[in-house]
Amino acid sequence: MEKLIICTVCPRGCRITVSGDNGVVNSVEGYGCIRGKTYASNEFISPVRILTTTVKVEGLDNELLPVRSAKPLPKDKIFDCIDVIKGVTVKAPINRYDVIVKDICGTGIDMVATKNI
Amino acid sequence: MYNINCDVAIVGGGPAGLAAAVSAKQEGANKVLIIERDNALGGILQQCIHPGFGLTRFNEELTGPEYYGRFVDKANEVGVDYLLNSMVLQVNGEDKTIICANSEYGLTLVNAKSIILAMGCRERTRANIVIPGTRPAGLYTAGSAQRLINRQNIMVGKKVVILGSGDIGMIMARRMSLEGAKVVMVVELMDYLAGLTRNRVQCLDDFGIPLKLAHTITRIEGNTRVTGVYVAPVDENKKPILSQEEFVECDTVLFSVGLIPENELSSKAGVLINKVTNGPSVDQYMQTSISGVFACGNVVHVNDLVDNVSAESEQAGKYAARYAMGNFPKTTGDVCCQTGKNVRYLCPHKLALSNEYDKVTLYFRVLSPKQNVTLTVRCGDNIIAKKKELRVSPGEMNSIKVDTSLITDDSITVDVIEGD
Repeated sequence: MEKLIICTVCPRGCRITVSGDNGVVNSVEGYGCIRGKTYASNEFISPVRILTTTVKVEGLDNELLPVRSAKPLPKDKIFDCIDVIKGVTVKAPINRYDVIVKDICGTGIDMVATKNI
Repeated sequence: MYNINCDVAIVGGGPAGLAAAVSAKQEGANKVLIIERDNALGGILQQCIHPGFGLTRFNEELTGPEYYGRFVDKANEVGVDYLLNSMVLQVNGEDKTIICANSEYGLTLVNAKSIILAMGCRERTRANIVIPGTRPAGLYTAGSAQRLINRQNIMVGKKVVILGSGDIGMIMARRMSLEGAKVVMVVELMDYLAGLTRNRVQCLDDFGIPLKLAHTITRIEGNTRVTGVYVAPVDENKKPILSQEEFVECDTVLFSVGLIPENELSSKAGVLINKVTNGPSVDQYMQTSISGVFACGNVVHVNDLVDNVSAESEQAGKYAARYAMGNFPKTTGDVCCQTGKNVRYLCPHKLALSNEYDKVTLYFRVLSPKQNVTLTVRCGDNIIAKKKELRVSPGEMNSIKVDTSLITDDSITVDVIEGD
């Protein structure tokens, strides 16, 4: 199987062609740097994304707490994670990088606050 | 009137103002004051909860709040002063005073030794691009929808068409999708993407959102609420081909059709505005046409990466501090930076010749996308800087460094040529 992957590591957007089968990469072509080569291989085997959204803050109608996944999550788990986060309400004070949801959807990755409230 | 004295006064507490403030303080300015109209520092980054910031500067992928949070921490650490909830009404460049309305002190007069303009930019609206049709509810600029959703917990619609493939438009396509809305399509007038490629991949392709290049919205329908829009392809002159117009049902339209530097204050102060960038004409110290008045960030030219804004603003902060302390470089004249082949604009617009030689970064945008190009800076018959790029695109800013000691003429020209 051959797949064209547009690299998103930097704004240059190299067009990288990855070929392989059953989660094994055979060749990577068209990358501009080693980070791009790694990105394309990973994107071919198991694509991941940083998830960002907001959660409600108790007692504050007009303020939301922005959160992110501490590390990129498997792409196919994004909507499951969103469903979990939708039900979360936090209580101030919160500090940047406080854990808001631990090990979200069994990914081993935490959702953390990105600002102080 | 309430009075405040300071060395460097900065209009705007977004990423540009924050970076300039920290840098001015670090350069030795005693009192540095940020004047901000919002109730918190951070500017537009407060609503940019998505990642993608800081890759150049911090070598890691941060969200907007994390990025400005680092600068706010630094500003507090070095002792930057700030005045929130304060709307600047007037900037007087000659006597370095600022009049603002503060919710606590009322009208306030700020006396400074140098001023930095860091007001950022504003979105173009439906009115700016003149789309015919009714005026129902459900029409938003992408950025105002972003503020409502990300800061005010107000969802703006369920079935969305986005006009413009700028970064904010694409990021809102993803954000609306994650919040449960259906994004029907993103419509782009040009035949190429306006924003960054990574946003196309992560915000459109990931969510299966179609991108209609070389198309536009020709009409908006709906009385109380939008019921749909007509979308048509455009010919080579960007004129819609009305025979191929199609109706697309939606209840919301987001406009991501460009940004305009916000220069009402600068213009009123008499600062010379460049016609291409719509921002103050500046030199490498980010000094405007008025001595001691500096400008940085999106108020000067619209950037695509905040990392570049921070770098440019640090330059403004440093030299505004030196101006305030009376040790600004002694300038002897100006060199005009001219746009050559396939260059739309350059920033800085001119270079000041001084007793201090410097390696200056020239930022510029190309007119059309090209591959395998050579960027050159010419001064008379000499090439004084040269760099190769695999590809250039109007949506992505380019830069090249110039050593000012190599300048022998009263102008330099930047060209982007195919091949070597």
